[in-house]
Amino acid sequence: MTELALTSPRVWSGRRVLVGALVVGALVLVPAVASPFQTITICYGLVFAIAALGFNLLLGYTGLLSFGHSAYFGTGAYVVALLVKYLGVASMELFVLAGILGSIVVAAVFGVVCVRYTRIFFGILTLALSQVLWSLALKLFWVTGGSDGLRVPTPTLLGGLGGPGADKVEFIAHRYYYYVLILFLVATAAMWVIVNSPFGKALQAIRDNETRAEFVGVRVPQYRWIAFVISGAFTGLAGALWVPLNGLTTPDILYWPFSGRIVFFTVLGGFRTFVGPIVGAIAYNYLETYAVGFTVYWQLVLGIVLVLLVLTMPSGLVGTAIQIVERVRRGR
Amino acid sequence: MSLLETKAVTKTFGANRAVDAVDFTVRAGELLALIGSNGAGKTTLVNLISGLLRADEGAIFFAGKDVTRQTVNQRIRAGIARSFQLVNLFDHLSAFDNIALTIFARQGKTRSLATLADRDQAVADEARVILKEFGLAPKASMLAGSLSQGERKLLDVAVAYALRPTLLFLDEPTSGVSTREKAPIMDVVTSVVRSGNITAVVIEHDMDIVFRYSDRIVAMHQGAILADGTPDEIRRNERVTTTLIGTEGTT
Repeated sequence: MTELALTSPRVWSGRRVLVGALVVGALVLVPAVASPFQTITICYGLVFAIAALGFNLLLGYTGLLSFGHSAYFGTGAYVVALLVKYLGVASMELFVLAGILGSIVVAAVFGVVCVRYTRIFFGILTLALSQVLWSLALKLFWVTGGSDGLRVPTPTLLGGLGGPGADKVEFIAHRYYYYVLILFLVATAAMWVIVNSPFGKALQAIRDNETRAEFVGVRVPQYRWIAFVISGAFTGLAGALWVPLNGLTTPDILYWPFSGRIVFFTVLGGFRTFVGPIVGAIAYNYLETYAVGFTVYWQLVLGIVLVLLVLTMPSGLVGTAIQIVERVRRGR
Repeated sequence: MSLLETKAVTKTFGANRAVDAVDFTVRAGELLALIGSNGAGKTTLVNLISGLLRADEGAIFFAGKDVTRQTVNQRIRAGIARSFQLVNLFDHLSAFDNIALTIFARQGKTRSLATLADRDQAVADEARVILKEFGLAPKASMLAGSLSQGERKLLDVAVAYALRPTLLFLDEPTSGVSTREKAPIMDVVTSVVRSGNITAVVIEHDMDIVFRYSDRIVAMHQGAILADGTPDEIRRNERVTTTLIGTEGTT
């Protein structure tokens, strides 16, 4: 009994692996069983899930609430659009690499300023810096296309599996979906390892008790900065994957409501669990898609959902589901 | 031989000289008790030595080196660790992870983000041993925030101990726990400290605990050192008895 209690909770368990395999299996089957519309909706959800995973490294694991993640998503998207505009690049692999690199650079610079602060000061700084990028995208119209944005044609995948001439819907709902799915799985696995690594434990220690973390030898500002950059890189990857899906990027993607949307994904799913932000991003995307189709007051619907969520399910969809399962187990 | 030496260390907060030109010495291998009424400057002195606060004046020497301007991290690497008056733990991590993280930090492994923490068998084994030493083995998988106050106090010390320090400051290790729990906690703490050959400085208000467990006692009053001696010398010291023990004994 004592020896059992001495082990740290296992990261891998048979049940978790089984559930994960079933979910991956279901995602692989989506293009075969669902309509292109449904597949594309899920594809958007997977892209947003990557952004939410990155965001939650800061919120859920480091205890920092960023209101400026539109900056890194938008950077990923604009880097791709600028590569198309100025260099005529069509390779998705180059888009992904450049998108990640661009967002790393921006996050590294912004992070130097932001991680010196916590709580509301951190949130306001991230918001303010993201708005600087938004205004640049709006004002430097000869470069960014201003409010019209920049178009991004269908890219080529893996050197020629799909190109600008392909049927876009068919391409997005099949080949591009699988491309996004693979990168989503890679990103999820990478984030899983990060949060369960010694570095991830150090971030959780900083979240729980910054002073004590410092007194066990964790370099708090440095680790926060690294988390900030990784978070930006994941969000930038999401931006780079989103822009060919959307076909266009505009300054809206850099504007603060999009940062709010990333916060919403994470709160909806539950930021205290690893899969919460993933579920939240996919659920939000469905919610928004159907709310837009249902009423012109779709923002009102989303607002009501957010209020109800905070009041009735503060631990989010996944957190609440876990609590219900635990209650049922205890009741047996 | 002195392990730690402060020379005229001073810290002021506005008009209040919380620590006033204090010369304080800790000898290698001893268990020293730092006593004094609230506001005497004990915790401020420990904060200055551990790096939480910067001294306004004076110097701090540890193992012969001037550490006055060193960061907290540099002092930890040099061998200075501390626990806190108010328990400072990672409440959403398990007791096991609190210790394991500290070991990772000590070994410089917290920069590793491509390996799973629970796959490091050596760290896990060491964490288990430390939890066992502190009698916390059965609580290993519990979240630190859900432990009892006595267990949290022990874990707080265990986290500092996991840094394998040369000099360990224990800021009121039995405050906030029942009288019944105090002696068992101190038994565990002193046993671990002595078996680990660690020099320890204990800030404590309970004079029974102080006289029972310490080799030497330093009494502080109004930011200065009032007396320094063995438990017997301190017990007989009139200035201490009038200034401190008369009131301390009742707490």
